[in-house]
Amino acid sequence: MTSKMLVRALTAVGLIGLLSTAAAAPGESGWRQPWGLNLPEGVTSLSRLSYDLHMLVFYIVCVIAAIVFIGIFYSMWKFRKSAGAKPAHFHHNTTVEVIWTVIPFLILLGISIPATQTMIKMEDTTDYEMTVKVTGYQWMWEYEYLDEDISFFSRMDPDSQLARQRNPEISPREVEHYLLDVDNPLVVPIDKKIRFLLTANDVIHSWWVPELGWKKDTIPGFINEAWARIEEPGVYRGQCAELCGRDHAFMPVVVIALEQEEYEDWVAEQNGEAAAVGDEPAEADIDDVAEEELEDMSEDELMTLGEQVYNSQCLACHRAEGEGMAGFPALDGNEMVTGDVSAVNDVIINGVSGTAMQAFGGRLDDREIAAVVTYIRNAWGNDAGDLVQPSEVRDAR
Amino acid sequence: MSHETTSKRHTKTVTKLLLVTVGMFGFGFALVPLYDVICDITGLNGVVNLQAADHDGATVDEDRTVTVEFIATVNGNRPWTFKPEVRRMEVTPGELHTVTFRTTNGQSEDTVSQIVPSVAPGLAGRHFRKTECFCFTEQPFEAGENRDMSVTFFIDSRIDERTNTVTLSYTLFDLGAGDDPDFDPEDAELHANTR
Amino acid sequence: MSSATDTAHHGHDHHHAPPYGITRWLFTTNHKDLGVLYMSFGLLMFFIGGAMAMIIRAELFQPGLNLVDPYFFNQMTTMHALVMIFGAVMPALTGLANWLVPVQIGAPDMALPRVNNWAFWLLPAGFVLLLATLFMPGGAPASGWTMYPPLVLMLGDSFPFLIFAVHILGISSIMGSINIAVTILNMRAPGMTLMKMPLFVWTWLITAFLMIAVMPVLAGAVTMLLTDQYFGTSFFNAAGGGDPVMFQHIFWFFGHPEVYILILPAFGIVSAILPTFARKPLFGYSSMVYATASIAFLSFIVWAHHMFTVGLPLAGQLFFMYATMLVAVPTGVKIFNWMATMWRGSMTFETPMLFSIAFVLLFTVGGLSGVMLALAPVDLQYHDTYFVVAHFHYVLVTGTIFAIMAAVYYWLPKWTGHMYDEKLGKIHFWVSVISVNVLFFPQHFLGLAGMPRRIPDYALQFAEFNMISSIGGFVFGFAQLLFVWIIIKCVRGGEKVTDQVWEGAQGLEWTLPSPAPYHTFETPPVVK
Repeated sequence: MTSKMLVRALTAVGLIGLLSTAAAAPGESGWRQPWGLNLPEGVTSLSRLSYDLHMLVFYIVCVIAAIVFIGIFYSMWKFRKSAGAKPAHFHHNTTVEVIWTVIPFLILLGISIPATQTMIKMEDTTDYEMTVKVTGYQWMWEYEYLDEDISFFSRMDPDSQLARQRNPEISPREVEHYLLDVDNPLVVPIDKKIRFLLTANDVIHSWWVPELGWKKDTIPGFINEAWARIEEPGVYRGQCAELCGRDHAFMPVVVIALEQEEYEDWVAEQNGEAAAVGDEPAEADIDDVAEEELEDMSEDELMTLGEQVYNSQCLACHRAEGEGMAGFPALDGNEMVTGDVSAVNDVIINGVSGTAMQAFGGRLDDREIAAVVTYIRNAWGNDAGDLVQPSEVRDAR
Repeated sequence: MSHETTSKRHTKTVTKLLLVTVGMFGFGFALVPLYDVICDITGLNGVVNLQAADHDGATVDEDRTVTVEFIATVNGNRPWTFKPEVRRMEVTPGELHTVTFRTTNGQSEDTVSQIVPSVAPGLAGRHFRKTECFCFTEQPFEAGENRDMSVTFFIDSRIDERTNTVTLSYTLFDLGAGDDPDFDPEDAELHANTR
Repeated sequence: MSSATDTAHHGHDHHHAPPYGITRWLFTTNHKDLGVLYMSFGLLMFFIGGAMAMIIRAELFQPGLNLVDPYFFNQMTTMHALVMIFGAVMPALTGLANWLVPVQIGAPDMALPRVNNWAFWLLPAGFVLLLATLFMPGGAPASGWTMYPPLVLMLGDSFPFLIFAVHILGISSIMGSINIAVTILNMRAPGMTLMKMPLFVWTWLITAFLMIAVMPVLAGAVTMLLTDQYFGTSFFNAAGGGDPVMFQHIFWFFGHPEVYILILPAFGIVSAILPTFARKPLFGYSSMVYATASIAFLSFIVWAHHMFTVGLPLAGQLFFMYATMLVAVPTGVKIFNWMATMWRGSMTFETPMLFSIAFVLLFTVGGLSGVMLALAPVDLQYHDTYFVVAHFHYVLVTGTIFAIMAAVYYWLPKWTGHMYDEKLGKIHFWVSVISVNVLFFPQHFLGLAGMPRRIPDYALQFAEFNMISSIGGFVFGFAQLLFVWIIIKCVRGGEKVTDQVWEGAQGLEWTLPSPAPYHTFETPPVVK
């Protein structure tokens, strides 16, 4: 079981192979720890500025809170009736009232100066060196490197998908980065001013990596800008921060920052793979294969790949045993699923408009669709008995 | 203070407060055009004017160039292909340029699309002037139709000096063909009660 | 005092003792009956919303999806907020206003008694609509109480129920606040000038104006959602030339004043209780009034601080940051005034006083985290995390809810004629104040350490603080059953109280007999 999972993780996270061979594999940042109390200082100039501002204001409010708490506790003790305190009768003092209006005002004025400076720096997206477009989907991210013609989807890793079910196959505590790992992380170079262009496909999401120092909403139909210059190699994790529906908690962000040369190696590798797919880099995925390789697959291959695809794509709604749930039909024992193959292909490629069933034609390649269709037709109690081959899927597109 | 005068005073006060209520309900709706005006002035959210701009009289600023980037996004999960022919170009403010977007409706049915522009940085939005654009109107597409659509634009030379890149983002929304002839009641039932 | 008591008894002859049976409550136009109805309804909703909070905390007790489906979890966070805001806090405060405003200004009843009845009975109607969605096939609204499109438009069948429930609750609030405003403006006893009104009346007058100003804006916003969904408009639909962010602007134009609607009457309550138990007049009465008015004014120009991450232009972010920081000034004035009220007093610590002091201290915590949240550049980190959740629960639970509990303990003897069980009251206080901090304080850490809000499951690093928070939540939740028992016990009997009840209590309501008769101040008292 464990070794199978390991294999699955390795194939899904194709990058790990690259990283383990790299001389200086970027490590986890030390910030994400149990009992974590504070914001990260982060790894960008912006995150450090905002961290400094945060700490400055934090100390100021602590002092103010201490004054209020000590003042009240002192008067509760000193002026308690049981100690024989006699009430005074003053109810007004212009001097002190002016003082405690003016002093807070001056403090706020003082805070507003660094806050304004930081804000101006955050908005300055000029003189960038590379651009990454981030698109929010229910419930995953798409990254496009505008200068490299690389693009891919980034979904939560299969282990977390399995562990986040009710009565899961594996316990969340066994998953190393539970809910914070993805199949395809965003890989970027360090010491480059990266401009992020953010938009969304369906509803509003918010792209957030605490160590970059900000989050920004992705809004369908609109484009937002933000930037980061990462100063240290490492793996930085974040999550979607704007409620975006059922699986809002399950669309993590992972950014891997590499030294420039390693980044270039990664780009070369991606382009190598992308070139093999022809002129559709938008659909380049680590599992993609060239069109001429659309050979028939064996039952084992189809069922193994099908299970992987099912667990990462379908399981969230249709559940581990294909039993479905309220609003999401059961696939197990479903006559439509085991019936006409072309109807099943159509639903998966094009989705069902007006329902939550999305179109997977753009996200999965022919092999993956063929495998997952074969899988759902033959897994659990389903027994269609036939195999669906990639070429059939290509014809159905 | 007799009863009559009290009730008159009540009527007067209630009337005033009700007028405020109605006024504020109206104000909520008035925020819509107001918002557009504010967006236009401040470039909030990169909202772009959907009317054709007039290029006559635009001054050309030879001393600088601005990089214009083109981004295309397909909203929803319909099988469209929608891409700019070029990723980016250097333009001189005031000069007219044309960019083509390759668009394919990969569906086996006719449909209508609306393409919505957005500009980043937001403040550059009102200096991004389009004289012709496929985004001005809805665009019908036949099943499987492949079409090149173009936008002709210039950058107003009054654009902020510090702005050296302007990103023009288009999002394609599939509005559907109205009554979907391929509507499959079985599929709909299969996915009934979904969110 | 005795003269006021006498006038209270010399009512018109056609009013007698209250009628009996259910019709008394269905058709009542009596401000005290309606006050009781409002408060009882608020208490019921407090427990319904609280049950939802228990489900939320139970799911978050440990990592993994343990109890509920994520979509149901989203329904719970959404409904918890709607029920608590519109069902528990607002009706409870309106109930207090119903009971107290007429007796504090020497009026015989509210200005519009029949409107009062109608406004109340709209509430159960609205909540039947809203809560019924829980039993519908698609479930209840799950878009967050902020109802952001496009997500809210995907709700399915619960969507129209949500919109109409919000409309009905809005109409009820508007009618209630018009009634309160008219009562305060037109029905004060002779000599009760505006600047002699108790601060609770002042804060409610300002709250009523806020509600009249912003509830219609909310109604407008949800109406636009409705027409976008069913009538082909495109207010918030980018494909039709609309903008989903515009909804957020309109919503928060309502939403920010709304949060002050929830807190201002609490300021009034605490300003009544602290002087009583410090046996010393309120410090800085007029600056309190001006501070309340400034807070109300500022509430209209700070709304976009809820939206620093949507991509506002720089100038907008800076303006809303400065305006929001300014709110701290009048709020600080209030806190310092309360401190000065206690300074050199002669304090005793009965349950209402304990809740009020806890209010001042813990509201300060919530207020100061608010100052941190005001800073736009760091808000890009804080936004939509548990830091925000901790902030607004400090303001709303240890703020408003504690003030409401203080008010109930404070005026309960006047309402029932009996003293509540002081020992149980103190137990209720200490259990609540400790558990509520165990519940919400760790959420500051969770937020800073990177936990987003509105998630049913979290990374393992958040496990410890979530478990602590959940334990605090369960204790706090169950401690409130004690509150109900104390109220029931006090209504049924107890030590008889004097008319003044508290040694240091000042104001017209304390000149009335305890319990206050059904009709009071039919002949207005004269205020010197």
